[in-house]
Amino acid sequence: MAFIENLTLFILAGFLGYELITKIPATLHTPLISSTNAISGITLIGSVLVAGSGQSTLTTVLGFLAVVLATVNVVGGYLVSHKMLRNFGRRRGD
Amino acid sequence: MIGLVSGLPPDTLSFVYLVSGILFILGLRKLTHPRTAKQGNLISAAGMALAVGVTVLWFEILSPLILVTALLVGTGIGTWLALSIETTDMPQLVGLFNGFGGGASALVAGAELVDRVGAAGPTSGLTGTVTGAAAVTGLVGAVTFCGSLVAAGKLHGVFEDPIRYPGENGAKVGTLLLAVVVGLALVTQSTLFGLLDVGAWVTPYWVLLAVASLLGVLLVIPIGGADMPVVIALLNACSGLAAASTGFVLNNSVLIIAGTLVGASGIILTVIMCRSMNRSLRNVLFSKYGGPRGTTGEDGADIYEGNVMTTSPEEVVMLLETARRVVIVPGYGMAVGQAQHAVAELARLLEGDGIEVAFGIHPVAGRMPGHMNVLLAEANVPYEQLEALSDINPAFSQTDLVLVTGANDVVNPTAYSGEDSPIAGMPVLNVWEAETVVVNKRSLSPGYAGISNPLFTKDNTLMLFGDARESMQALVNEYKQTHP
Repeated sequence: MAFIENLTLFILAGFLGYELITKIPATLHTPLISSTNAISGITLIGSVLVAGSGQSTLTTVLGFLAVVLATVNVVGGYLVSHKMLRNFGRRRGD
Repeated sequence: MIGLVSGLPPDTLSFVYLVSGILFILGLRKLTHPRTAKQGNLISAAGMALAVGVTVLWFEILSPLILVTALLVGTGIGTWLALSIETTDMPQLVGLFNGFGGGASALVAGAELVDRVGAAGPTSGLTGTVTGAAAVTGLVGAVTFCGSLVAAGKLHGVFEDPIRYPGENGAKVGTLLLAVVVGLALVTQSTLFGLLDVGAWVTPYWVLLAVASLLGVLLVIPIGGADMPVVIALLNACSGLAAASTGFVLNNSVLIIAGTLVGASGIILTVIMCRSMNRSLRNVLFSKYGGPRGTTGEDGADIYEGNVMTTSPEEVVMLLETARRVVIVPGYGMAVGQAQHAVAELARLLEGDGIEVAFGIHPVAGRMPGHMNVLLAEANVPYEQLEALSDINPAFSQTDLVLVTGANDVVNPTAYSGEDSPIAGMPVLNVWEAETVVVNKRSLSPGYAGISNPLFTKDNTLMLFGDARESMQALVNEYKQTHP
């Protein structure tokens, strides 16, 4: 049953994503990639579970690596996007 | 360490995940306008902090020290990379971060499989749904990780030229088929596959990661620079889909929602980039476009003979003085030469004297979607001046002067005339409709598509040979001298 619920979420989120993303102007495509890239670091919460509660040494090591990778993705991704987007808000003459 | 908030009702966790899902969606909505985009990114980051925070506090953490160390190390590396990078190095950094997300997803799915087998044994611990989702995660995640490392290496100039070899497509397809076979061994957990028995270590999963990693490398090494926007967008989609399928492995709603949003975004961008080149994704990934043929340019030499007019910064400034409307068309050459500040200064000088200035940006100019826009925004060009292809094309006929700097294929009229041309049907900027076109380029050598550009021989085209930054700076200096 869980699979069908997950599939429902997946499909609905797919349609929502299509509606949202097609409205984003070309000028923001780099920050879009970089910001969504940071969102894909959501896999960090899976990594946290594995690293913190791994049943064996192997899974703890894998979890540790996964947390490092995902945290770099999340923190770096949001910071880089922020750095880029600071330059975009300006109007003429600012 | 017992979860600090584990005393709350069991649904609280799912509810908080829902809230962070909503924050991601709101964040993306704010990204639809340049003025609110910064806020959107922050809202999205808040959603992430909430999801990660509640996860850390909710569950029983057996090894808090390891977890905290990993979080600190990741934060340190991420912050350092993000703050130390120059805007010109942005494409490779974004590529690298993409890969890290995919890699993390692949590791998480593997660890989850090992844990489940350890807790309940292979047969009862792993259902078909779990192994199926894990196989997808492993395949997509490992392709993303290794593909992104190669892409980032190329963008950083570690090895720039496309690496091509005989039997290239056979190698790619063969590796993909092998990955599918190993994936099937994992999903079915059948003993038919001999050595690939699931066992305590879930062997087929790790074999799958190795094969998929090889596939990621094989897919990206033959791809040349100008196709990078497609690759970056595609890897972006893959990193999201890997996170979404990790959500299926872990039964986690926010992973599915967030990952799918990213996947949709990457797929849409991939489609936009492919359309902007009038090529299919299969053509980008499997064709020999812009190979060695592109670097020789022997077919181009004769059409230029005696038909090309050159100009000087002095002459261009005289043309600028009499213009009422000027359009600047930047290409990858502007990024390579880091000419964006000189270009922006020239635009400000012209605007200061009442000349209308716009920038015509081709969707695939540069090495990632929106690359030119980021560089020009960094140089303080207001976003209203950055116009997309469909908006600026009708206006070229009312333009007195077009200044093309570091672009070639995206201003090639062959796209409309030559049916056999590799860029046939590609939407291009119709710069030749303007009164005068000045093309700043280092030489007459062909662009990525490996074809000559008849624009350079047109009667209203003048060539300003030289490096983008030096030429633009020369124009700025000359303009300042004549307009104190």
